[in-house]
Amino acid sequence: MNAKTESIVATKSEGKFSKWIKRGGWQKPLVIVTFLFIPLLLLFTFTYLPFFKMIQFSFFDMKYLGAREFVGLENYQEVFTRDDCFKALYLSLYYMAGSFVQLALALYFATLLSFKTKGNAFFKGTMFFPSLICGIAVGYIFKFFYTRGFVLDTLLSWIGFNPENLPYWLKDTRINNMSLVATSLWRYMGQNMVLFIGAIMSVDQEMYEAADLDGANKWQRFKYIILPSIKTIVVLNLILSISGSLSAFEPPFVITKGTMGTGTYFVIMHKIAHENQKVGLASAMAVVLLVIIVLVTIFQKVTMNYLFNDGDEDESRAAKKKRKQAEKQKKLASKGMGA
Amino acid sequence: MSIGKKIENIILTFIKYFSLCLGAFIAVIPVVVCLFTAFKTDEEYATTNVMQLPQSWTYLENFKIAWTKAKMFNGFKNTFIIMIVVVCGSIMIGAMLAYVLNRFKFPGNALIRNLFLFATLIPGVATQVTVYQIMHSLGFINKIYGYIILMLGTDVISIYVFLQFFENISVSLDESAIMDGCTYYGVFIKILLPLLKPAMVTCMILKGVGIYNEYYCSNLYIPSQTISTALYTFTGPYGSQYNYICAGVIITIIPALIIFICCQKQIYSGLAAGAVKG
Repeated sequence: MNAKTESIVATKSEGKFSKWIKRGGWQKPLVIVTFLFIPLLLLFTFTYLPFFKMIQFSFFDMKYLGAREFVGLENYQEVFTRDDCFKALYLSLYYMAGSFVQLALALYFATLLSFKTKGNAFFKGTMFFPSLICGIAVGYIFKFFYTRGFVLDTLLSWIGFNPENLPYWLKDTRINNMSLVATSLWRYMGQNMVLFIGAIMSVDQEMYEAADLDGANKWQRFKYIILPSIKTIVVLNLILSISGSLSAFEPPFVITKGTMGTGTYFVIMHKIAHENQKVGLASAMAVVLLVIIVLVTIFQKVTMNYLFNDGDEDESRAAKKKRKQAEKQKKLASKGMGA
Repeated sequence: MSIGKKIENIILTFIKYFSLCLGAFIAVIPVVVCLFTAFKTDEEYATTNVMQLPQSWTYLENFKIAWTKAKMFNGFKNTFIIMIVVVCGSIMIGAMLAYVLNRFKFPGNALIRNLFLFATLIPGVATQVTVYQIMHSLGFINKIYGYIILMLGTDVISIYVFLQFFENISVSLDESAIMDGCTYYGVFIKILLPLLKPAMVTCMILKGVGIYNEYYCSNLYIPSQTISTALYTFTGPYGSQYNYICAGVIITIIPALIIFICCQKQIYSGLAAGAVKG
């Protein structure tokens, strides 16, 4: 009896199964599996495997090759007590200040350039282009730029500074971090500017015309039309610059190699990992910073929600609507052409 | 218009153009001085001020030295190969993944999205501590294909570009094709891929610029094989011969400049698309 029902169930389900096969139901899972396999394999090998290994390594005293010894939380203790590790995060304050200046400048130039300006494309292009130059080339350009008696010193002596009194831009510990921050400002200001120009341009042009009719001056136009319409992207960039400056790496790495007190957290970590081969300690440093970055990101999400009531999403929804409408029109147009 | 307003306007216009010119000047001057220096002979470099124009704009010896000493031909060749493979590969990966995540409901869909989202938070430099060990055990050190696979594996931006793009392609297109007896693969290849061209251009620009400028991983895994790290040859004995170095710098800038001038619009808009999620 039992066996009978079982066999009936089996044939039934088999019938379902073969139907399913005929309908092509197998296609879906097959597509999902084949299309996901490679991306997920890569993601696992180069992001999550290293991530978990990093956590594991942070509890060991080890090199890349050879024996390893479990040391518990010692590496973490060292991160917080060593002079050159956690304290290197102070340098991030320079980079944070630098990125605020950078955003302010970008906003200023973006505002200028989003109105009728002669040579608009030229100014936009020249200020943006540095971000396309390779990091190492930028490193050499500025080593040259800051060398005693070279470009910067000459420029300053033209406008009346005595070259004798100028500091060594990359060696003087009072100033060298600022010199490095300036290079990153030089390189990325244009990129922010282009983003802001894009945001300003997406404001309805009629609003400007209306403001002009009402006799608004340029400052009012900036304050009441431009700023509100791009504040989401500005605040987002401000907060992103916090995690960006915590992980500041490139300027000191390519220009000073972290010497003379310019070693930011990641430069020190790179040195510890790849030159001193203290993989455990470097892993602990990476984990500590990652935790901080995740906290900053959570903070960012919360503030954005609080400030804009998810204005971000609304905006994208509106944008989607617009795009869909445009698409419809396009389709209609193409149909019309076809007919 | 009153006189006061006119004067105000003139002053504002002056401030505007003055600051724009100053900005452009600062953006350009470090590179222009490099260009000057690249045309100077050894003697000229040692005796004249850096801001002085070179005596001759046809003195190309420095460029020749930089080109051969830093093996720049090799660098360009490798970077070109890497760029093509990585751009094509990440377009395929991004499109495939976005297709599955956007069009199919299956358990784990949200999880996979979140896995990629979290991956953007992890700074690349941080994980290289352990990626190095993985690359080593895979035998990928000093292998260009190893570097290519690494670059494909750490690419999240193109996935977001494609995911965003897919949201604006109507599902009814897929459905009608399926009704006509097309398979899911067929839909993807024949119908969706051609529609994804704008996203591909964006992806190409973002990845292309990224690969051309990437120096950290290439320096770690395939030292002085790519154009971005070729310049590292100029340390040690050549470390202060800036006329050679500047020539090398100018050589690496030229391709970027040409491409920038040719496709400014795509670069600006590609950048905006990449920044939304970056």
